[in-house]
This record gives sequence, C-alpha cells and structure tokens, in this order.
Amino acid sequence: MVFSFDLLINAVVSGILIGGFYAAVTSGVSLSFGILDIVNIAHPAFIILGSYIAYIANATLGIDPILAAIAMMPVFYVLGAGIYQVYYVSFEKRGQESLRGLAFFFGLLFITEVMLVLYFGVDYRYVEARYIGPSWHFAMLDMPLRILVPCLVSLVLIASLQIFLTRSFLGRAVMAVAQDQLALRLMAVDPIKIKRIAFGVSIATASLAGAFLIIIQPVEPSVGREYIGRIFAICVLGGMGSLPGTVIAAMLLGIVESLTSTFYGPSWAPAVSFGFLLLTLAVRPAGLLGR
Amino acid sequence: MRTPVFLLIWLVICAAVFAAALGLGNDYIFFAGYVVLQYVVLGTAWNILGGYCGYVNFGSAAFFALGAYSTVAIYRLITEHEFYRMPIPVLMLIGGIVSGIVGFGMGYLTLRLRGAFFAIATLALAVVLQTLVVNWDYVGGSRGAYIIRPEQIEPIGNYIRYLFLIMMLLAVAAITIARLIEHSRLGYGFASIRDDELAAEASGVPTLRLKLVATTISGALMGMAGAPFPYYIGYLQPSSTFGLDYAVNSIAMPLIGGTTSWVGPLIGALLLGSLQQIATVTISSAVNLLIVGFLLVIFVIIAPNGIIGLIHTYLQRKPEDFVGRRRVEAEMPGQAP
Repeated sequence: MVFSFDLLINAVVSGILIGGFYAAVTSGVSLSFGILDIVNIAHPAFIILGSYIAYIANATLGIDPILAAIAMMPVFYVLGAGIYQVYYVSFEKRGQESLRGLAFFFGLLFITEVMLVLYFGVDYRYVEARYIGPSWHFAMLDMPLRILVPCLVSLVLIASLQIFLTRSFLGRAVMAVAQDQLALRLMAVDPIKIKRIAFGVSIATASLAGAFLIIIQPVEPSVGREYIGRIFAICVLGGMGSLPGTVIAAMLLGIVESLTSTFYGPSWAPAVSFGFLLLTLAVRPAGLLGR
Repeated sequence: MRTPVFLLIWLVICAAVFAAALGLGNDYIFFAGYVVLQYVVLGTAWNILGGYCGYVNFGSAAFFALGAYSTVAIYRLITEHEFYRMPIPVLMLIGGIVSGIVGFGMGYLTLRLRGAFFAIATLALAVVLQTLVVNWDYVGGSRGAYIIRPEQIEPIGNYIRYLFLIMMLLAVAAITIARLIEHSRLGYGFASIRDDELAAEASGVPTLRLKLVATTISGALMGMAGAPFPYYIGYLQPSSTFGLDYAVNSIAMPLIGGTTSWVGPLIGALLLGSLQQIATVTISSAVNLLIVGFLLVIFVIIAPNGIIGLIHTYLQRKPEDFVGRRRVEAEMPGQAP
C-alpha cells in the first residue's frame, strides 16, 4: 500500500462529502431518537422506501430523483404521523415502549424489506440524472457530482430543519417536548400532537435521504441494514438530537470510513461505524455536543 | 414440580417424539424438525434476556453465527492438522463459550447505559461480526465454507437423525435452564430489572451483575444452537448465517408465545416454526418471512402478553396477576391521555 498525499487528501474530501449525505440520513433519527426518545430502528427501511419511490419516478416518468423525493415528502410525513399514532396508542400510552415498541419497529423494518424483495427482487436499482457521472476537478481534488449534489442539498435540508427547530413556534415546542411534557401541557399545548408532527417530519426526511442514497449508490432492499449502525453511531456521537453535532459526527465518520476503505479495503468499512458506536458509548455517552 | 421430575418428563416426551419421527420413516421430518428445535433454543435464549430482563437483543443471528463459525474454524483446524475428530457436543460447548464471552463483553460495554443503546449495539454487532467473517479467509470469507457431513452414524443411521437428537436435547436443556432461572433468586432479580430498574437498584439488587449473567447465558445458548448448524447445512455462507430472519424469528417467537415464562417461547417456536416449515414447502420462503413479520407486529399491538396472555385472559380474565407487571404508567402524572 503506497501512502501518498494525493490519496490522503482525496480520501478526506470524499469522506466529508459522504459525511454530508450521512448527516441527511441521520437527521431523521436525531429527531425521533434524539429528541422524541422514540427508538425508530425502522428508519433505514423508510430511507430504502424513499430510494425505491425515487427510482420509480425516475424510471417511469424521468423526473429528477431529488425533485421526486421533495414532492413525496408530504406523503412520508403523513405516513410518519400515522405510524406515531399507532405507536402512541399501542405502546407509549401503556408504558411498554421499551420492549414491545422496539419489537414493533423491528417488525416494520423487516416487513418493508421483505415486501420490497417480493416486489422488486434483489437486483440493484439505480437512477439517471445529469449530475450522475461527471466530476469536478480542482488541482489534485476529484469531486464526483453524484456525491457533491446530495451533500449540498442535505446541508440545505439540515439548515432548514435547524431553523425550524430554533426559530418557529412549532419547532420550539418540539424541543420543549423533549425536556418537559408536563410543562408543555400546562401551556395548553398537546404534547402528543407535537410529537406526531415531529415524527412525521423525521420520516419526511427519509424520503429525501432515500433519493440521495440511490443517487450515490445502486440500491437493493437489504442495503438499509448497513445504515443502522452508521445512523445510530452518528446520532449518539453527535449528541442525541443536536443537528450541528450530527453534521460534525457524520463528517467524522465519513472521513474515517473513507480512509479505512482507501487504505485497508472497502470490505472493512462497515465495521468502522460499529467501532465508533462502541467507543462513543464506552467513553463519552453524551456525544460530542451533548445536551 | 421439582426440576429432576420436570427434566425426566421432557426426556420421555423427547424419546416419544423421536420414536414417532423414526416410525414415519421419512428423513425429511428430521430436517424440518431440526430447524423448529433450533428456534426453540434461540427463542428461549432470547427470552432469558429479553423476556425476563426486558433488554431487547437484535443480534441473535450474530451469536448464532459465532457458534457456527467456531465450528467451521475448528473443522478447518482438524482437517489441516489431522487432529482427532471432535464430537458435536464438544463443538457446541466451544461455540457456547465463544458466544458467551462475546455476550458478556457486549453487555459490559453497553448495559450501563439505557436499554435502547444495548438494542442498537446488538444490531450493529451483527454487521461487524459479519464484516470480520467476510474478511477472514480461514473460515471461507465471503465465498463461504463447506463442511462435509458424515453420511451415517452408529447406531441411529442417517446423520441428520443424530443432529436432530442433539438439538432436541439442547432444547430440553435450554427450557430447563429457563425454568430454573424463573423460580430462583436470579429470576426474581431479572423481573425486578424488567419492572423498574431504578427501584431495583435502589433496593440493593446488583443490576449490572444480573444483566451480565443474563447476556452471558443467553449468548451462550444461542452459540450452542449455532454450533451444529454447519453440519446441518453443509455449506455455510456469511450473508445467510447472519441473516435478519434469525433475529426476527428469535424475537417474534417469544413475543408471540408470551415472554414471562419458559412456556411462551416454546409455544411460539413450535407454532411459528412449524408454520414456517409448512409455508416454505407450500408457498415460498420469502412469504413465510413476511408472515412472521406481520404476526410480530400484530401480536405486539393487539396481544402484548402473547398467546399465554390470551389464554390467561380467557381462563381468569385477570392477566396482570399472571404476568406480574405493575401498571406504573397509569399512576404517573402528565401521562394520561
């Protein structure tokens, strides 16, 4: 293995770009797990669902996958709100969210995956768009547009989420739900309604993240599983629910993964996120920017 | 019922089942039965941690695969160095020890935190162990490994019958262990963790130690269930051994049966396992997984205490006594709908 500066810089840059994409993938979980305390391990399944919807829109109508995903976000929002309602009535209200709620989301993950396998088979699917293929060159840097575009759009998504959470009334109510439900109730706000909205938003981000995923790499139904470790590693490292923390953690993980696959081989990359997760849990469970 | 009596009854039942299966004269029944029994062990093992302590383990496949791959590693070692052939019970013991150690380490790193972290870590553990195995050429890497199964074994004939018999004994052992735990100090400690960990800690229950005992026992049993698997399947491949279906099945079976006693996983595994075997033959293997997924979701929503809970509601109309869960949430302020 020849160590060269060129290779190193390129690995770091592509790590940062991939990290931007990871941030979009994780932002939904930062909302649901980090803020609402709902351990939605089915999130990757919704992302894959988003990928397939972008794929259908692209293959049949020729629409740009990102635009298709943005158009689908309201549908995902409704889906998320509906799932939260079921989750609330069957688990949260009865105080059984720890064991049975987890099993519920695990079941959802599994059902989505098997349905996609039954319907689309296990072939890899991909989309077509103008920015897939060419790349930009700066001096010795190589920036494939298929990663750069999702990275930039994802940063926009996260910035708007952050503005929503810190500037709007609804967003502040979401942050308040995480801190003290009773106090929120005393302000005559229904915490369940706020949580439903927040969970809907978190699933809506999965639509966009799914489109990014299928732009970056070909997708088959079980790809989502690789992202479970990554998503939660980033979420925990980022400090559970802090969006700026999520971006930083996502880029860190992206860089480490990209270095690992450049210098040790891509087959080792999935283990990196788990190492990250365990290390974080063991050393600093509050994450980088812990609340 | 005293434990020796309990054990004796089950051994008699096993002998009867084995004799009946022999009487049918079709070896397919052993192939199918082996899988069902394997799920009895996996479900019971999962339930020791998940049902008794309330900690969800999504990494059943990882522990199972650890057992299977330790057998493959030993098999390679033996065929290369012309060692003495190891009998399967010894392999099981080794697989159990390996998985038990991993379970302990896993628990040590994550169990001090909230329960959800443990669940996520187990999910990620499966991915990482799979990565390790894929990159480890000695046990076949991503290509998979072949194990040559002996054709016959004295005095029972076809080797699959021997595997079936061993798995049946392991299932009995697992059930006996689960029942022993349930009626011991250990079991009451586990139940206190499940109901209210903070209160248990405050009353002097050594929660971390108990949880570590649970992860170790549970992991070891899963590893033991996995150890004979290479001999059963003949060709072991990482993506199928670490497959999500093991994880889903070993969660679905106890939850569908009922998690608070040893009977639940047994009922769940026998019902769901047989259903799957029938569905695989008659419909397709993807559809049978779908059935499991739907049953899991439906049961956790509609019948939170599983089939046992349903039976008890029907018999006594008072499931709370049986299940022993306190309804804390009803008394908490601000939680009422």
